Amino acid sequence: MIRLEHLSKVFQTGTVNENAAIRDVNLTVKEGDFITIIGSNGSGKTTLFNLITGTYPPTEGNIYIRGKDVSREPEFKRARYIGRIFQDPLLGTASNMSLEDNMMITYRKGFKGLKVSLNGKMRDFFREKLVPLQMGLEDRMKDNVGLLSGGQRQALTLLMMVLSQPALILLDEHTAALDPKNAQIVLDLTTRFVEEYKLTTMMITHNMSQAIRYGTRLLMMDLGEIILDVEGKEKQNLTVEKLVDKFHEIREKTFVSDEALLSQG
Amino acid sequence: MIEGIFVEGLLYSLMALGVFITFRILDFPDLTVDGSFPLGAAIAATLISHGTSPWISLIAAFAGGVAAGCVTATIHNKLKVPNLLAGILTMTMLWSINIRVLGNRANLPLIRKTTALTQVKDLFGETFPNAWAYLIFFLIAALLVKFLLDLFFRTDLGLTLGAMGNNSQMVITQGVNIEYMKLIGVGLSNGLVGLAGAFAAQYQGFADVSLGQGIIIAGLASVMIGEFVLRSNRISVLTLRVILGSILFRGLMYLGRYYGYYINLTPNDLKLITGLLIILSLIVTQVRKKKKWTALAAGEKSEDNA
Ligand SMILES: Nc1ncnc2c1ncn2[C@@H]1O[C@H](COP(=O)(O)OP(=O)(O)O)[C@@H](O)[C@H]1O
Ligand SMILES: [Mg+2]
Repeated sequence: MIRLEHLSKVFQTGTVNENAAIRDVNLTVKEGDFITIIGSNGSGKTTLFNLITGTYPPTEGNIYIRGKDVSREPEFKRARYIGRIFQDPLLGTASNMSLEDNMMITYRKGFKGLKVSLNGKMRDFFREKLVPLQMGLEDRMKDNVGLLSGGQRQALTLLMMVLSQPALILLDEHTAALDPKNAQIVLDLTTRFVEEYKLTTMMITHNMSQAIRYGTRLLMMDLGEIILDVEGKEKQNLTVEKLVDKFHEIREKTFVSDEALLSQG
Repeated sequence: MIEGIFVEGLLYSLMALGVFITFRILDFPDLTVDGSFPLGAAIAATLISHGTSPWISLIAAFAGGVAAGCVTATIHNKLKVPNLLAGILTMTMLWSINIRVLGNRANLPLIRKTTALTQVKDLFGETFPNAWAYLIFFLIAALLVKFLLDLFFRTDLGLTLGAMGNNSQMVITQGVNIEYMKLIGVGLSNGLVGLAGAFAAQYQGFADVSLGQGIIIAGLASVMIGEFVLRSNRISVLTLRVILGSILFRGLMYLGRYYGYYINLTPNDLKLITGLLIILSLIVTQVRKKKKWTALAAGEKSEDNA
């Protein structure tokens, strides 16, 4: 489904600040994988996503989506197969437009024509899809999205993304900016959608136990490399302690405080 | 005289609607307007003086404006030039182009030519005074453009344009090339401005290269005054208030011009007043925003408690 070959990204090449954010990463994501990704701050998780989506080009290496080399394709072209949610709930929706307008814009990927698609039937369809969120949004379809809370906005973004039927979804700490209650709601919604729509998913989280509990496969990143890749039985048997031990084993480093690097939730 | 204010307000509202599209919907502050307005005037005047139907000259002026807007958008898209600078570049180049369109002169009178307005006048004949005939004509024109815009911004393309001004990342994530979106939006905006320029030339009876001087500020002031009057998120109200703002702006300018001398104002002070009007609108918007923020903060708190 997705293949990364010898992918690397260097920022500010040739300056004193030269920074290799991704170093020779090789990864194959299979159809139906639900991958959780952990790693300390600055280990390159977001950069990996930005390379997959084409926010910027890789310094070296190639990216294949469904066998096609997309390494030099602009972001908007790749976006047709990729759904992405950011940590900041403001980035997923247009705040000065109504819920229904937002949902209409994101319903179909690609160039939009001069058709008026937002009609009564479409509204009924959107309303029906909003009900399961259990946030009462189905009664607020004419309200501006700017009036919603962060949790409501992120849940809406998630729903909108799912309805656009992407082949791969990338979630970048998409619950980190929410309060614990809303974070849990959005996370539950995420797992429900992933199952219901059989979505191939990559989810970055800063929470180790979450990374263990959710998903079918777990990646750990450090200094721009994927240092751990487990799935199946091996993943099911993981615990936070085992994960920390593994990290030390691989890196042969000792840390005064593990929590400083990998916060446990 | 009061009809004159309405006629001018309605005529210039077409330009203000263009400014509204770039500044408010696309969040693309576009200064091409100072060049595309006289471009529309020049195209229309030249065609009319060569005997072309005034109605066709309107279409040509619209097309000329679209082309000017597309040049600005392309400079911005391809050369990664900031939008303000891209607009200034096109505006500057248009000055020379406009003189060429006018036949290497700065001014082209339309005396004794058949314009859209002389045809309107003939149509109404003796039933109405001219000013009222113009008023009805421009009312229909402004409302027609308004309704077409309302319709456009309800299409999938129009909605996407609206979202781009607010959150371009969302539109990219949607698989849309925002370069095309800017081309369409800035093109449409300047098309309306060119159309307004064509009407202005026919209304005043001449085209002049300096016709566009400061027009962008007049447009912006109209948009902001309109925002004062009505608040809404519905596109039909947003476009309506641009038209109202344009009429009010002309009214204020009229007051300044004819009664300003009571407080020692001269017509030369009008630009200063326009600028101050915009600053005043900005201040009021800031205050409103702050109020909204405080309200929002209070709202968030109560939700946390629940
Ligand atoms: N646009 C950028 N320009 C320069 N450096 C960057 C940029 N994006 C990320 N980096 C650097 O790359 C490294 C990895 O960052 P990031 O991928 O955001 O880490 P993570 O998401 O794992 O916390 C960091 O050292 C960061 O400073
Ligand atoms: Mg990150």
